[in-house]
Amino acid sequence: MERITEVGGTSGSETRLHGLLVRGLAGDGAAYRDFLQSTATHLRAFLRRRLSRWPDEVEDLVQESLLAIHNQRQTYDTSVPVTSWVYAIARYKLIDWLRRHARREMLNDPLDDENELFTSADADASEAQRDLGQLLATLPAQQRSAIVHTRLDGLSVRETAAALQISEASVKVAVHRGLKFLAAQMRKAT
Amino acid sequence: MKTDDLIHLLASGDVRPTPLPVLRCMLLVGGGVLLAGVMMAWLLGVRADLSNAAAHSALWQKLLYTGALGAAGAFALARLARPGARTSALPQLLAVPVALIALLAALAMLASPPDLRASLFWGTTWKVCPWLIALLSLPVLAGIVGALRLLAPTRLRLCGAAAGLTAGALAAVVYCLHCPETAAPFVAFWYTLGMLIPAALGALIAPRVLAW
Repeated sequence: MERITEVGGTSGSETRLHGLLVRGLAGDGAAYRDFLQSTATHLRAFLRRRLSRWPDEVEDLVQESLLAIHNQRQTYDTSVPVTSWVYAIARYKLIDWLRRHARREMLNDPLDDENELFTSADADASEAQRDLGQLLATLPAQQRSAIVHTRLDGLSVRETAAALQISEASVKVAVHRGLKFLAAQMRKAT
Repeated sequence: MKTDDLIHLLASGDVRPTPLPVLRCMLLVGGGVLLAGVMMAWLLGVRADLSNAAAHSALWQKLLYTGALGAAGAFALARLARPGARTSALPQLLAVPVALIALLAALAMLASPPDLRASLFWGTTWKVCPWLIALLSLPVLAGIVGALRLLAPTRLRLCGAAAGLTAGALAAVVYCLHCPETAAPFVAFWYTLGMLIPAALGALIAPRVLAW
């Protein structure tokens, strides 16, 4: 039985996002896209407040968080509020970024209110500083091809396997590894 | 890159996640415990009177304490290895076995004639016991860290400390097969100390080895 904890004024968001993510994880691509879009708006507002000194970096960190959420989606336990799970990842990435860029004093700002994440939304998606083409170019060839074929060109896994002359399992592994590599590259680039 | 483009990339294709690598995690931790067992047997030697000792409650008391703490630690790690899991009750969970052995220790002290109480606490191996447990915990900690790197802990130092404590507890289980001590006061203090050493080590190395 699912336990969806009310998180103050964000219970509407929680219920909706929980539903979208659960359906997405079951294979519903459209629901998963909606989940990512909605989460992006909340992440943007949250990070814009925290990174008021570095407004240009906000979108980069939104994207880094989204990729982390995607790469770690298997760690989501459906009986836990989505709010807590997303917040934990966003906070982790934010602290990681602050450690790399900010002076010690920034780390003393309290980051303990997970309710804050879903209380506001910022749908004003701006362009991030990094270029997708450039990032993809850093990937090993097989991983890049697998991602471009299956994700950008819309080919099926079978078609991609045939095109690359590798097994379907290898295609899936290549995409999986490629997205993890992309996450690492994003982290290095900022 | 527009965030929409990234989302398009992530949401196309098969979005179902790969299942959690439970078996691999268990093999890594199990391998660590096995290695600790081999180290114990080779460097220290299994106690010669093991079958004899099995007839007395002291050995089982030690095994129960270290085993319970190991299980509690493993439970804590399962929570800490995933983002956003509830961790508020974990300290209490870990405190239960410690409180129980402390109670048994207090009872043993009270039941003993005063001039023997010191020997209940110090035993004969207090100088080496915590360090041997810490030594045996190293392969277990390596296995646990290997398992955690397959997952996504977001509170690194806390996770590292829990990893170390669990490694220490499992190493202590192995150590029970060598250790000649029987008194609860000894176990309550020196065994626990031996587990806190890898816990501190785990917290120390966490940002370097658990980051993702």
